[in-house]
Amino acid sequence: MEIKEGIFYTESHEWVKVEDNTAYIGITDFAQDALGEIVFVELPMEGEEFAQKEAIGVIESVKAVSDLYVPVGGEILESNEDLYDAPEELNNAPYESWMIAVDLADESQLDDLMSAEEYENFCKEEEE
Amino acid sequence: MTNTVKKVPLDQTHEELGAKMVDFAGWRMPIQYEGIIQEHNVVRNQAGLFDVSHMGEIKVTGENAFKFLQKILTNDLSKLDDQQIQYTMMCYPDGGVVDDLLVYRFSADQYILVVNAANIEQDYDWIKEQEIAGVEIVNLSADIAEVALQGPKAEEILQKLTDFELTEIKFFHFEKQIEVAGVETEFVSRTGYTGEDGFEIYVAKQDIKTVWDAILKAGGEEVAPVGLGARDTLRFEANLPLYGHEIGKDKNPLEAGLGYFVALDKDGFIGQQALQEIEAEGYQRKLVGLEMIDRGIPREGYQLLKDGTVIGEITTGSYAPALEKNIGLGYVEADYAEVGMEITVQIRRRECKAKLVELPFYKRQG
Repeated sequence: MEIKEGIFYTESHEWVKVEDNTAYIGITDFAQDALGEIVFVELPMEGEEFAQKEAIGVIESVKAVSDLYVPVGGEILESNEDLYDAPEELNNAPYESWMIAVDLADESQLDDLMSAEEYENFCKEEEE
Repeated sequence: MTNTVKKVPLDQTHEELGAKMVDFAGWRMPIQYEGIIQEHNVVRNQAGLFDVSHMGEIKVTGENAFKFLQKILTNDLSKLDDQQIQYTMMCYPDGGVVDDLLVYRFSADQYILVVNAANIEQDYDWIKEQEIAGVEIVNLSADIAEVALQGPKAEEILQKLTDFELTEIKFFHFEKQIEVAGVETEFVSRTGYTGEDGFEIYVAKQDIKTVWDAILKAGGEEVAPVGLGARDTLRFEANLPLYGHEIGKDKNPLEAGLGYFVALDKDGFIGQQALQEIEAEGYQRKLVGLEMIDRGIPREGYQLLKDGTVIGEITTGSYAPALEKNIGLGYVEADYAEVGMEITVQIRRRECKAKLVELPFYKRQG
């Protein structure tokens, strides 16, 4: 299982990469492996605003429907609509496949997230 | 009922093959190995090997076996010859379904019923309740294991492991005690639950590993183990009903589109009167197939609507790997059950457009 350095992680297996004041959000390698082959995503509209940890989208594998939670609050700048036609990219390259870009409203919310090392330990516990 | 999860004889083998294991109907079973889509397509294009040892086998013998089964089964058993198989159901007096099953005729006074894993105890109890003199009922489920080899390459692969000429086993027929991979099987039938050609191989549970390993080896690149995930998507594309979804205690075979397997005019079976009345009075609802027009995957329990009014709900829905479409099976009020009808599916907060299509969704060539 791959965990990338230098980005943030959540307990619900999203990753967050911050560039300037924009938070790019996707799902981790652990998440895509647990879900299996992803065949559908539903993402929010540009301009919608969400509070931290709100469910903002849906990821569906052949058998299961899962919510996508936003790790940091703010306005949706963009959803990656390329994933509508190629949801399998979330399996193929989870860290290259960002799902939404959020205008980071409160930088202190990043403190609630895990580092790569913390997330690695968290996943080990999850697997037990 | 018991809370302990039972292990199939191949449990360790599935682990070694890297399967994801889940609890299903009281059994620990492989849901997938490499991935549901890949496994689905291997069955459509080559061959897939399934462990279905969780299925139940109930033997019914005796001088009154025929008469007894004719009373508890919906299909007409008199059409069946030795070494032939029939798809049939058991119904409650109100026409609801106890279970759907395959009946194997060994002789006029010897039959095996192959029933759903989730229903073994319930079926056995139901059959025992109806028992008459001159019949013996034995639950063999704990002793018999079963694998299914399904797909266009199934015959070619299995033929490498037996001297018996497999072309002699026709669709819905079986052979007793033929040797496969050096093992004497209980019986081998040309049946399945995938919409493809293939075989179901019943052996004593201690022999199952020999047969499983030999098939994977003989098939090489042309066969792969397939889990319950793809078993469900395969049967769903082929419109083969699943108990608890398309049929059940509160769903009758006629509305499910299974009237072909209900001999309404035969001499007395449980549920006959109720089903004759339903046939005479007309169906309230019908099972239909739908294909999404808008983006979205229909899932079990989602509501179906016409002009804002609820007219039914989904019983099975999924992405269909071989068709590459999002499709569903569901019941709608009979007035709306017309191919081409546009309806909507309530998917979370959105009403998504769908249209009713011909069933089955998938039919194999030739």
